[in-house]
Amino acid sequence: MPNSVSTPKVTRRTALAGLSAGAALLAMPRIGRAADETIRIGFPTPLTGPFAAEARDQVKCAELAVKLVNDKGGIGGRKVELLVRDDKLNAGEAATRTLELIEKDKVHAVVGALSSAVQLAVNEVTRARGVIYVSISQSDTINEAKDFSKFTFHEALNPHMTTAAVARQTLKKGMKVAHLVADYAYGHEMLRGFKRAQAAIGADSVGEILHPFGAADYSTFMPRLMSMRPDVLCISNFGRDQANAIKQAVDFGVKQQMKIVVPVILHNQRLAVGPDVFEGVVGGANYYWGLEAQSKSAASFNAAFKAANGGAIPTDYGAYGYSGVGSLLAAMQAAGGTDTDKVVDALEKLQYDLTKGPQHYRKCDHQSVQSVLVLESKKKSAMANENDLFAVLANEAGSDDMLRSCSELGHAT
Amino acid sequence: MDLSLIIMQLLSGIALGSVLVITALGLTIVFGMLGVVNFAHGALFMIGAYAGLYLASLTGSFWWGLLLAPIFIGVFGMLIEFVLIRRLYGRSIDDPLLLTFGLSYILVEGVRIVFGSDGIPFPTPQQLIGVLDLGIGFFPRYRLFVIVLVAVVLLALYLALEKTRIGLIVRAGARDPVMMQVLGVDIGRVWLAIFGLGVGLAALGGVLAGPMRSVNPEMGSLVLAEAFVVTVIGGLGSIVGAVVAGLMVGISISLVALFAPEMATIVMFALMAVVLLIRPQGLFGVRGRTA
Repeated sequence: MPNSVSTPKVTRRTALAGLSAGAALLAMPRIGRAADETIRIGFPTPLTGPFAAEARDQVKCAELAVKLVNDKGGIGGRKVELLVRDDKLNAGEAATRTLELIEKDKVHAVVGALSSAVQLAVNEVTRARGVIYVSISQSDTINEAKDFSKFTFHEALNPHMTTAAVARQTLKKGMKVAHLVADYAYGHEMLRGFKRAQAAIGADSVGEILHPFGAADYSTFMPRLMSMRPDVLCISNFGRDQANAIKQAVDFGVKQQMKIVVPVILHNQRLAVGPDVFEGVVGGANYYWGLEAQSKSAASFNAAFKAANGGAIPTDYGAYGYSGVGSLLAAMQAAGGTDTDKVVDALEKLQYDLTKGPQHYRKCDHQSVQSVLVLESKKKSAMANENDLFAVLANEAGSDDMLRSCSELGHAT
Repeated sequence: MDLSLIIMQLLSGIALGSVLVITALGLTIVFGMLGVVNFAHGALFMIGAYAGLYLASLTGSFWWGLLLAPIFIGVFGMLIEFVLIRRLYGRSIDDPLLLTFGLSYILVEGVRIVFGSDGIPFPTPQQLIGVLDLGIGFFPRYRLFVIVLVAVVLLALYLALEKTRIGLIVRAGARDPVMMQVLGVDIGRVWLAIFGLGVGLAALGGVLAGPMRSVNPEMGSLVLAEAFVVTVIGGLGSIVGAVVAGLMVGISISLVALFAPEMATIVMFALMAVVLLIRPQGLFGVRGRTA
């Protein structure tokens, strides 16, 4: 070792002093630290499995929401921490992880879950423990009186909203409609939404096929769907199921015969199978980065996301992570802390605009009232750049009219 | 329900069965000859799809990907046999099973790290896009191609095993490896080649499935379960069994999809249960075989 660098000599005395100081710090009563204790948000999401792409985007956006608040000094001086857990797309796993987050990690609130079935399991746990849960999964049942609690908030769109908006853009009176539906809660709710919407418009169902969730091959459903001779095929499934089902429908020449419509058109699945397959497919969405041309909040959300993620653009389901955590943090800010009752109160009064325009949680069922987009997948030759995926067919402003009424959901009005 | 619909449905089932056959064949050959239950078979199927996609984009042609990916991944399989599997011959059946199970995790994670966990588009080759008018309905050209290609591969494999000297050695080696060694055959090399062939078939299945399904790191896990079901129905180690059972499963799924679509994937397990009740050794299995 060169002479110029002197090695610090640790004497027995200083070592002892240091150790006792450290011990004293550790032994300090917890009460003393409570004022600057971090705020912990639990975030269960399916990091593995067929929804992993969407889940990862949600985590990135949720982390962004936390970072932006921390950069401004946190909430009342308290830093915010996001505790991400893999729910493995399994209701039991999600319930266990959520319970752990509440009991062991002492989270102040829970945001997350992507699958509608898993979200209900998370809601069961948070409801029983009196912890606020902001769901960012599409579901019709979570706002119904039987699943609802004052701790339950639903930031995502629900099947009723998206299917109605998509149907208004694509269905006309007298049209024949066939359905290919994933055989679980999400699919059933989307089917119910579409049927309700098509009845209002005056289009007729010519048949519906339920397919097993997570199937890799949809070819065996195609001959029968084509023999129904519909004008529109509604494919109500999610994640990789959507990519595979659309791809195989296109292989069978379905698009020459009928239009393909989905309740929710997924950014990542469009990327996974390419523009040729998705060309002309219409679906609903909560967010599309291209909104930045019209919306100031979209522009600033995109810019913040790009800065944090090496220039990448945020996706539809990612945006839920941002608005779900963002609205909760805004309410905590307004409530001046994490006191559950005060935060619930603040969430009910909150008017927020994080990604695309004004939103608020409806008082009776805590559903976020927000705009619904209807997107059409662009042709390859019409894409200005590789991120230019969709054309915005409609941007329906949020209103109570697009939701089922509170009394219909079973709430006292 | 008209006849043309049922015929179209049958054809869908045969196309589906063809991919099952080619994948199950690799699994059953390796088990039948080496006594190794290859749990990495699904992961190698997935690697095959990625390799096919990569080679196709490198050369600009799907056909090079289809030809080269099974060869490269087959050689990779031989490397696996040489470095890992070889050491476990003669030990109980669960040692190679655990080894390949672990290997499958490593392969899947490796692909996740290199290519990401999102799906990647695998375009259908230009010549096979679209549908063919069969008179009674339209059927995707690509799926017809898969049916034909699998038939050709099966025929070539049959001829190689039954009509060539190498085939004779392979069949004899499966029957009595000790006697083959006494006769001066380097049985280690035969096993190396067999494992490579099995892995190559998995990769071929993966490349063929690529343009039909989205290509992603988890695509092998579902296939592995299907391949095992087919292998069990056909009889462990039986080549004819894999072919018959693969088509049977494909057609059953397809016909059930017509009448009770939500039962479509359960039917193969029901079929397996029924076969096992009647013939515990599988349709073409040999009773009491413990390779």
